[in-house]
Amino acid sequence: MKSILLLTGLLAAQGTTALAASPAVTDLLQSYQSQGATTGNADTGKQLWNKTYAAEAPNTQRSCTNCHTDNLGNTGKHASTGKAIKPLAPSVNAESLTDRNKIEKWFKRNCKWTLGRECDAQEKSDLLTFISQQ
Amino acid sequence: MKPTYIITSILITASIATIPVVFSDDDRREYRQQSLGVAAVSNPLYKEECGSCHMAFPPGLLPARSWQKMMGRLDDHFGDNAEISDDNHKVISEFLLSNSADDSRYRRSKKIVSSLDNEDIPLRITETPYFKHEHREIPDRLVKGNPQVNSLSNCNACHSQAEQGLFDEHNIRIPGFGRWDD
Repeated sequence: MKSILLLTGLLAAQGTTALAASPAVTDLLQSYQSQGATTGNADTGKQLWNKTYAAEAPNTQRSCTNCHTDNLGNTGKHASTGKAIKPLAPSVNAESLTDRNKIEKWFKRNCKWTLGRECDAQEKSDLLTFISQQ
Repeated sequence: MKPTYIITSILITASIATIPVVFSDDDRREYRQQSLGVAAVSNPLYKEECGSCHMAFPPGLLPARSWQKMMGRLDDHFGDNAEISDDNHKVISEFLLSNSADDSRYRRSKKIVSSLDNEDIPLRITETPYFKHEHREIPDRLVKGNPQVNSLSNCNACHSQAEQGLFDEHNIRIPGFGRWDD
């Protein structure tokens, strides 16, 4: 019985670790707040994730889902090259969201491609909160 | 000449003549690579930064002037935004320029360069005359009409050792079709 309790305890502890945001995410969310953003809202982030923007051909309708799909646990596919993109959900891909520079690099590139401009601190805060909970 | 000198010189000559020409595995690999392909991609930063969206194309597939032009417009990289940090931009540019097809010892790099006019600055490897010539017999249905290939720019869909810079016919397997021989 003792060992079962111990095992349950260990599993619970592991579960908590897996769900906790990486230091990179915590740092960035703080940084966005220092730039004027409020606490990230996962629901707003989700809406932004699925929102479609009009753009030039050949990708006239653009959203995060073009490449990453609407399920972040899925393997994505680059819209032009077709190259596989590892799932963004940290629950599926432990590497995801662990490198601060990478997160910022891809926010910059992908917001410009999808929205036609860089995302502001609030948008990044909401998106990052949403993605980190997947 | 004293007899000992004569014997010594005969011995030395004989030993030189019988020394077998020894090629190490590295020499053989290098020879194969030079005669069959282009230099393999050796820079981890380049692989990471440029290889996340597409295959990290060996720099020996384009001349330096092409890489220079491409690196100057990463905000519009074939319609995609591919901006990188200034530090990474510098390192990757240096890698591409110093390993470009110009002055390369590799056979296919030489062929690519000699197929171009001096004023040509191709941005797509697939637009170089040598590339077009080599792929002229491949029907569209095996490339564009093939969901596992999609485009000629997905080298590694058919050239199983493309990332190692090898493009010889023995390593060609077209998905859904099989081996390709001229």
